Amino acid sequence: MTGRLLRGLAALVVFAVSVFPVYWMVLTAFKPTRDIQAGTPSFLPLSPTFEHFATATSAHGFWSFWRNSLLVAGGAVLLSLAVALLAAFAVARLRWKGRRGFILMVFIAQMTPWEALLIPIYVIARDTGLLDTLWMLTLVYFMITLPFTVVTLRGFLAAIPVDLEEAALVDGCSRAQAFRRAVFPLLAPGLLATSLFGFITAWNEFAFANVLIIKDQDDRTLPVWLSSFSSTFGTDWGATMAASTLFMLPVLLVFLALQGRVTTGIVGGAVKG
Amino acid sequence: MTTTPTRAVPHRPPSTPPPPRRRRTSWLPYLLIAPTLLATAFLLLYPLARNVIISTQEFGLPQLVRGHARFVGLANYTRVLTDAEFWAVVRRTLLFTAINVVLIMLLSTLVALLLVRLGRWTRLLVMSGLVLVWATPVIAATTVFQWLFQSRLGVVNWALVRLGFEGYRDYTWFADGPATFAILVALIVWQSVPFAALSLYAAMVTIPAELYDAARMDGAGAWRVFTTITFPLLRAMFGLVTCLEVIWVVKAFVQIWVISQGGPGQATTTLPVYAFQVAQSLQRYDLGAAVSMLMVLLLVLALLAYFRRLYRQEEVS
Repeated sequence: MTGRLLRGLAALVVFAVSVFPVYWMVLTAFKPTRDIQAGTPSFLPLSPTFEHFATATSAHGFWSFWRNSLLVAGGAVLLSLAVALLAAFAVARLRWKGRRGFILMVFIAQMTPWEALLIPIYVIARDTGLLDTLWMLTLVYFMITLPFTVVTLRGFLAAIPVDLEEAALVDGCSRAQAFRRAVFPLLAPGLLATSLFGFITAWNEFAFANVLIIKDQDDRTLPVWLSSFSSTFGTDWGATMAASTLFMLPVLLVFLALQGRVTTGIVGGAVKG
Repeated sequence: MTTTPTRAVPHRPPSTPPPPRRRRTSWLPYLLIAPTLLATAFLLLYPLARNVIISTQEFGLPQLVRGHARFVGLANYTRVLTDAEFWAVVRRTLLFTAINVVLIMLLSTLVALLLVRLGRWTRLLVMSGLVLVWATPVIAATTVFQWLFQSRLGVVNWALVRLGFEGYRDYTWFADGPATFAILVALIVWQSVPFAALSLYAAMVTIPAELYDAARMDGAGAWRVFTTITFPLLRAMFGLVTCLEVIWVVKAFVQIWVISQGGPGQATTTLPVYAFQVAQSLQRYDLGAAVSMLMVLLLVLALLAYFRRLYRQEEVS
């Protein structure tokens, strides 16, 4: 009996420690300024307000940062999806010399410490005139998400029985037709999950966005803008937390939409490569 | 890890050519992987090679603007490796990594063990809390932690004062080196535990219950069960997760850069932050590149350990 109680208590502590910072962020975003500055903080939304969200969204450039983030992350994911699908098909369905080596290369590429490549990529961007463009950022994010996308799509593809394709081939379909009609419908959920996860990675990326977009401040992405909140909002913590909440919202929606797939699939995928 | 989607490539021969082992190698697979290879060559290998080259050149602002960088051999490496500050940064990085990884592994093991023992609904609740943390973007987490530890209005100081620690009234955490270091540890541990705990939990549920029952019948206590059954069986998994966390902590850049830029003073300057500082504020891209190459070397050690374990795991399953 005491064991059960202790476990319940421990569960409560873990839950509280996990959730509190996020709860505090959302709560602050909805609190009126006078409550935020009160000597004794309130832990419940007693008089919620949208004023901070209004401040955040009307801050200079907010919508263009939002659009930039969307463009860059979306472009990178579409690109890596197209490129990775071809490679994943080759790895999961065909047998060829060098396949093992290719898989190993993708695994290694997945572990790239990108933080170590900030300097050369900055220099390359400068040399090629791509500095301060969203194109360069899109390309970098494409490469960051590509290995993960190949590995995950290969997994989803391998889980689909080959017989389906063979049956389609026997029925006189071409390889491309067989893939489109027999495999693609089954692969669609996997494609969606993979691309959403890649999207989050690109959406959250800060280091490269911070280095590659310098001159034209309107070309920044949301994470960089958010990191400099003190120059935008000063000590307006309500607006800062509202902006953080708005930034986190799409990510949270993606996680909710994917639920089990993310927790089991990605844990497995990340650990087993 | 039976639920992984990335398991087992089919062992049977491919479906294309009817006779199983014909020597006709098709060009199709190579065409399919060509885009991936090209992208990797241009966007990954080339920057890496460029980093190596820059680290052997004299490369400052003039060379960045006008080009014509001069080859200087290993001069940059000699300079970095004989710099006392670099070794201070290395020591700090190792300390930072050790503290973080030990805390992460300890806490996530406890959380995983707890998850196994919880009832269905409580477990679901705790797991959704963990997933929420996992889903929190790094930047959002860093802004929230700055707000939690804010000196005058932060809820942490308020709670500490309420608990009787008068000294924390209006305490400025980010002006003090060790305090900032501690906050960064808290932030990174908070962000890392969900992944580690959920991975370990997923591995733990694969252990057959009979083993536990047998051990209990023999009168083994919880600690003994853990050391004789859970840990030995999941040794590979513990190794994998530890390697991943080491890599993740060593290269942690965003949290540190956004919260303290390595300060106050140099109190939170770890290797990636140091490389960036040298390159950005001193505009010594050559030295920065050398530092980041040395960091890659350090990470390769951790990676090799990781791949060895991964390889063994793959052989077992």
